[in-house]
Amino acid sequence: MYAIETKGLTKVFGQHRAVDGVDLAIPAGGVYSVLGPNGAGKTTTIRMLATLLPVDGGQATVLGHDVARESGKVRERISLTGQYASLDEDLTGVENLVLIARLLGHSRSSAQRRATQLLGAFGLSEAGGRQVKTYSGGMRRRIDIATSIVNTPDLLFLDEPTTGLDPRSRNQVWDIVRALVSAGTTVLLTTQYLEEADQLADRIAVIDKGKVIAEGTPTELKTSVGSGVLQVRLRDPERRGAAAQLLGAALGAHVQLDTDPAALSVQVEDNDVVPRALAELTYSGISIADFALGQPSLDEVFLSLTGNASQPAA
Amino acid sequence: MTTTVTEPPGTTEELHEVLRGGVRTKRPSALSASLTHGWRAMLKIKHVPEQLLDVTLFPIMMTVMFTYIFGGALDGSVGAYLQFFIPGILVQTVVMITMYTGSGLNTDIQKGIFDRFRSLPAWRPSALVGSLLGDVVRYFGASTIIVLVGLVMGYRPEGGLLGVLIGFVLLLVFSFSLSWIWTTLGLLLRSEKSVTGVSMLVLFPLTFVSNIFVRPETMPEVLQAIVAVNPITLVVDAVRGAMGGTLTAGQVGWVLIASALLVAIFAPLSMRLYRTRK
Ligand SMILES: Nc1ncnc2c1ncn2[C@@H]1O[C@H](COP(=O)(O)OP(=O)(O)OP(=O)(O)O)[C@@H](O)[C@H]1O
Ligand SMILES: [Mg+2]
Repeated sequence: MYAIETKGLTKVFGQHRAVDGVDLAIPAGGVYSVLGPNGAGKTTTIRMLATLLPVDGGQATVLGHDVARESGKVRERISLTGQYASLDEDLTGVENLVLIARLLGHSRSSAQRRATQLLGAFGLSEAGGRQVKTYSGGMRRRIDIATSIVNTPDLLFLDEPTTGLDPRSRNQVWDIVRALVSAGTTVLLTTQYLEEADQLADRIAVIDKGKVIAEGTPTELKTSVGSGVLQVRLRDPERRGAAAQLLGAALGAHVQLDTDPAALSVQVEDNDVVPRALAELTYSGISIADFALGQPSLDEVFLSLTGNASQPAA
Repeated sequence: MTTTVTEPPGTTEELHEVLRGGVRTKRPSALSASLTHGWRAMLKIKHVPEQLLDVTLFPIMMTVMFTYIFGGALDGSVGAYLQFFIPGILVQTVVMITMYTGSGLNTDIQKGIFDRFRSLPAWRPSALVGSLLGDVVRYFGASTIIVLVGLVMGYRPEGGLLGVLIGFVLLLVFSFSLSWIWTTLGLLLRSEKSVTGVSMLVLFPLTFVSNIFVRPETMPEVLQAIVAVNPITLVVDAVRGAMGGTLTAGQVGWVLIASALLVAIFAPLSMRLYRTRK
């Protein structure tokens, strides 16, 4: 059974089709990522699935319950961490947690106990007595997620959980997501960061302008684009022209000159020929500062899917 | 490169432990959920005591100012006017304060915590009912202050302590009911400013074209007719009756009917808007 299944899910704001016939089949367990640029419809999709926004067309079941007809049943088993911190900034961390625990039906003492436990696990014990408005972005994000798992949900929606975080805080959030998954929670995570989807997700849906434009495992998405990319940086930028000609001939592909005046990159069809091409550069006396051969990044996947770089929709 | 580690997050083991402990609980009763939201309102007062200005200084200012402005002119002496005026200014002030309910709610909703509340399995209207319950505490505080200021200035309620308390209860019931108009507006309008604007537009005529400041007998007939059907007039009559020791069942009845009507219309409207907002 799928954790989430949607058919033709649609939301219209005035004339604007923010979500335009989205079909999703999200397996239970693991992380499913919805990837898309600003305005793609990620938040709108999540809000419909979390029963916060009425569905305008199509249908959606979450954990086997229809979001329109059985919204109460859905809410009993899901939890949501919205794009913007859904906390009471005037209250302390402890008070926020106790508040939500009480609203979930915990007794006063059990709510208090749970709050202490969560703060400990999220490294917020010391900050627990301070008002949330004094928290840093990373701490805010963690307390926000902690608030979402007062009762470990079967399904957790995380809407851009790492936007605006520094790499360390981002890694902390990733660790939390991985721990949740190993505890059996299905996580639906939206992101604008291709690397994040690549790191965490078992499957990815790429959406743009309210439509799903690609779906699959990270590897499938990358292979659908075809090939890897060889990136080379030269010691001497003067020799870039010569290097481009040599590599182009050796690899039989178009060479792209990067903005870095010493760098160039080539789409590679067959990785086996790369060492020989590099050797040819060295024989011709063009010395290499560094090189990297990688699978195409999801950025490149996005580029090839949408035909333009991931820019906010107009 | 230097690495400064501030507040390391808990270990993964701790995380797993805490996730295992998160067993599902039985959803709370509607009453319990509403009281929890009321508790939140109390916490906000504790953390942001400035928000009590409207229920402390504002009432004192209103009472002192209007008593001395109108007192001499209307009843010959300030002392005589006080007996008439304190119950009136009490209603005026508390009714004005109810307006903050709408703008407060509007700000709250924009901050995103309402998304969390709405995604919880608890009885959905409890967030609205709870914040109104919190407001009732504020109204009670304001009422007490006004009567105390009145007492200092020489007001002597004939109805005694019991009469004053009955007056409070009637006023609080009405204010709670009236607040549903503001929750409706708070959910309907886009910004806090527009909520305040519309509220003023409703409240000014409602409180001034009433029997709060002057006895309607001195007004032109058209105005008298309006004053007579103004729900504020009914409330003022009842509060005056209670605090003056002359309360009638009819007066109580009108307040309850007006309150019931307000709730019957605006509570379902608010809850509907709350469910479907955005
Ligand atoms: N309440 C609303 N009223 C009108 N238009 C809306 C509303 N909410 C969203 N939209 C529009 O719907 C589209 C999708 O918005 P949505 O917030 O779902 O995008 P997103 O993918 O979450 O973007 P971001 O990465 O910026 O968060 C946008 O064009 C947005 O302007
Ligand atoms: Mg969004």
